[in-house]
Amino acid sequence: MSRATVPPYVRLANEIAAQFAHRPAADAATAIANHMRIAWDPRMKQALIAHVEAGAEDLDPAAALAAQQLQAAAK
Amino acid sequence: MSLLKEPDFGTPARPGEATVELLVDGVAVQVAPGTSVMRAAKEAGIDVPKLCATDNLEAFGSCRLCVVEIDGMRGTPASCTTPVAPGMVVRTQNEKLGKLRRGVMELYISDHPLDCLTCSANGDCELQDMAGVTGLREVRYGSGVDAGANHMDLPTDSSNPYFDFEASKCIACSRCVRACDEVQGTLALTIEGRGFDSKVAAGAGGSFFESDCVSCGACVQACPTATLQEKTVIELGMPTRSVITTCAYCGVGCSFKAELRGDELVRMVPYKNGGANEGHSCVKGRFAFGYASHPDRVLEPMVRDSIADEWRKVSWEEAIGFTARRLREIQAQYGQGSIGAITSSRTTNEEVYVVQKMVRAVFGNNNVDTCARVCHSPTGYGLKQTFGESAGTQDFKSVDEADVILVIGANPTDAHPVFASRMKRRIRQGARLIVMDPRKTDLVRSPHIEAAHHLALAPGTNVAMINAIAHVVVTEGLVDRAFVASRCEDFEAWETFIADPAHSPEAVADTTGVPPEEVRAAARLYATGGNGAIYYGLGVTEHSQGSTMVMGMANLAMATGNIGRRGVGVNPLRGQNNVQGSCDMGSFPHELPGYRHVSDDGVREVYEKLWGTPLLNEPGLRIPNMFDSAIDGSFKALFVQGEDIAQSDPNTQHVFAALGALDLLVVQDLFVNETAKFAHVLLPGTSFLEKDGTFTNAERRINRVRPVMAPQTGKQEWEIVCEISQAMGYPMHYNSSAEIMAEIALTTPTFMGVSFERLDQVGSIQWPCNLEHPDGTPIMHEEEFTRGKGRFMETVYVPTSERSTRKYPLILTTGRILSQYNVGAQTRRTANVAWHPEDILELHPHDAEVRGIENNDTVALCSRVGRTTLRARLSDRMPVGVCYTTFHHPVTGANVITTDNSDWATNCPEYKVTAVQVDLLPTSVAEAREPAVVGDVR
Repeated sequence: MSRATVPPYVRLANEIAAQFAHRPAADAATAIANHMRIAWDPRMKQALIAHVEAGAEDLDPAAALAAQQLQAAAK
Repeated sequence: MSLLKEPDFGTPARPGEATVELLVDGVAVQVAPGTSVMRAAKEAGIDVPKLCATDNLEAFGSCRLCVVEIDGMRGTPASCTTPVAPGMVVRTQNEKLGKLRRGVMELYISDHPLDCLTCSANGDCELQDMAGVTGLREVRYGSGVDAGANHMDLPTDSSNPYFDFEASKCIACSRCVRACDEVQGTLALTIEGRGFDSKVAAGAGGSFFESDCVSCGACVQACPTATLQEKTVIELGMPTRSVITTCAYCGVGCSFKAELRGDELVRMVPYKNGGANEGHSCVKGRFAFGYASHPDRVLEPMVRDSIADEWRKVSWEEAIGFTARRLREIQAQYGQGSIGAITSSRTTNEEVYVVQKMVRAVFGNNNVDTCARVCHSPTGYGLKQTFGESAGTQDFKSVDEADVILVIGANPTDAHPVFASRMKRRIRQGARLIVMDPRKTDLVRSPHIEAAHHLALAPGTNVAMINAIAHVVVTEGLVDRAFVASRCEDFEAWETFIADPAHSPEAVADTTGVPPEEVRAAARLYATGGNGAIYYGLGVTEHSQGSTMVMGMANLAMATGNIGRRGVGVNPLRGQNNVQGSCDMGSFPHELPGYRHVSDDGVREVYEKLWGTPLLNEPGLRIPNMFDSAIDGSFKALFVQGEDIAQSDPNTQHVFAALGALDLLVVQDLFVNETAKFAHVLLPGTSFLEKDGTFTNAERRINRVRPVMAPQTGKQEWEIVCEISQAMGYPMHYNSSAEIMAEIALTTPTFMGVSFERLDQVGSIQWPCNLEHPDGTPIMHEEEFTRGKGRFMETVYVPTSERSTRKYPLILTTGRILSQYNVGAQTRRTANVAWHPEDILELHPHDAEVRGIENNDTVALCSRVGRTTLRARLSDRMPVGVCYTTFHHPVTGANVITTDNSDWATNCPEYKVTAVQVDLLPTSVAEAREPAVVGDVR
């Protein structure tokens, strides 16, 4: 997927993930998920969760893990 | 009120307690050591005649009108230059002194036109006043054209768009020259010649317009005669009444006296009691107010069904009804979250508050954001994370006690000129300066100002640089351990992180491009040079790591103990007049007023009870999210308050696509701006001269904005929002903007003690203003941080994805110029276009040479998202590989070039780093380029 076709929520999630890349994966995922809880509109979180369910193409693994945390918390 | 003339004490106040007692004309008075006899006399209620003295300038002692007699002293010393002494006995009036003064006045008048009755300064001329005060009845040397050699045939310089210099009326008192030196700090004026040939000259003797004069107006204000006079006073006559209000340009928030004749605004004069500016001004606030009465103003509401249709002027009732109906229809079709609003940093706190209330209580969502999103949202995030409060830590006056000033990514002489003058005064007194900026800004080197260190880092490497500075502090033992131990937390983890050799100046030198020894020297100076104060601007925030950089600066201040007292701190220089206020008022989609998260049940409950409706506990859309959602079809209607997002927001094509995808765009503005081209409803707004409310400046100072005239549209902007809300079925009503502030104070702890009544009593208040701080809080975090302990945050440097390439080898950075403001909607409609009629691309001579570009050539500027044309200027202010332009003119459309990269935490756009190519355009293509449209200017 080219940069122009990456969905905005994936690009933004990857940018957040890059900030926590130095942390262990689980810590990073929690930090990413917390940031999304504080700042993201529900439709963006839902879109990210759906993207992960659809295969998480182009998504940073820590961001994908964060999306799963958001999904688990929502249930 | 009638025309307000503030008292002039003749010489500046001196600090310290009033411990020196003296007698002036038999009246006992106590003043601080170092006070002049002239000032002491004034404080005793006695006016000593004067011409060359005024209390914002150091004493000069040239006019000899203020002579007095002092027991035990020989002769008749000038009271302005003579300091008080304990037990001094002074006489200001007797026959001998009167004769001396009349002699002085005779000489002045013999070389001054006697056209008082037709002079523009008639009634406001100190020379005229002094002739009366001294009892001058004859001029033995002749006067006017009958006198001998004189200066009365000197020509008038009318080159400045806003004031004339009528040299024939000059008394060579040097007040203008000293005001330019001491107050403004530009040193553009001088006294040319000697003896009888002495005369005021701008620069090397050319015109004012051609000189280095920045038209701040300090010289005009200082002039005791009609020599330097506003053109509006010459045209309209002397004003007769004053209204104290607040400037609507940058985040300094200067207080002004709006001076009127009847209902006509004659001039804006900076107010001496204004806490932010203390009597100083810049060209924009002082002179560029003509846009408020510009013929382009939209004064009647307009509506159209489609943006392909012509606008229809309609009644307020129809416009409000149309807006409310369409908003509800869209929500019915696309869902509650399909609509939202953007608030403006150019409107009042009260106007912003009602818009966010409309979104949360009436729209039923949190889709409200503010234009601060694209400037200082990282400040809010970074300072909240580290200090616990989304605001700067100091008042402006604090810089008077700074010993080392670290300016990062800011160009205050252009963007915050009145604060820059204060800062430059402190630097001239001996404070050391460190500038961190890719460009060689005026602060790096200008008359009497030179940075000790200029860290000319590569764009986008701020975090690497601040980490390197912190690395030096930590590894060279420069940490204030006592402060850190008692006031902060998470230090040990941060210390380990920052001490990693990967953060050393040597390790990051290839990234930043700055020699390591320069970084080390700057770090040592900041950490050990006394009070260290950080001031920063959009060169910090408008990066993909903007929030990280804000936290990095906070880390540095905490590590060195430079927080919590005067002379230190971390201080954002806010771009627009009410950026701080619009953020304070709950404009962010995740925060209610006072920066309290929407998920906080207790806070929501306060508003739910008062507003009588449930509120959502999830954040809404930010501006970039709104654009993305408009394009994906889930966001269909937007209310934009006083903000030209089509010109100001990055990646214009993307913004246009989003605006074009909306079913309803409502714009509330003074003009049919670029955004309005996509709008279906245009609700005319009010200028700052018509508003009634408050602005909050960069130092958290809440100032009153008082109506100078009635709204030209017939309605205050908050009334329109209330009427839309009511038409949507929600009862929202206030009788006045004071009532809105009362609701803000009732619900927002940091504003608890604020009211219009209180502001009218005390002038201004810096929040927090509550039971603990009933008089406000000039300096924050004195005893403890707002969050308790200051928190160190690890600041990993993640480079931007925007890199120069073979196709786009240069980096473009954008910003402001002194005479223009933001997208230029206001300043382009004033005579300020004389200084900046078009956006210019500055680039280094080497980059120009390899492209065959010379000064004034028209060039194409291209990035991966867009292309524009503009004229080039070769400038060694730019480093090789970096170019710069402004975004003041829609014809240039600088944001056609910028990308949608943004800060990872806040989505603040990365305006400061765009990879571009610059190409010389063939003459035939260049000539086809249309100049900027500037409209009818005054």
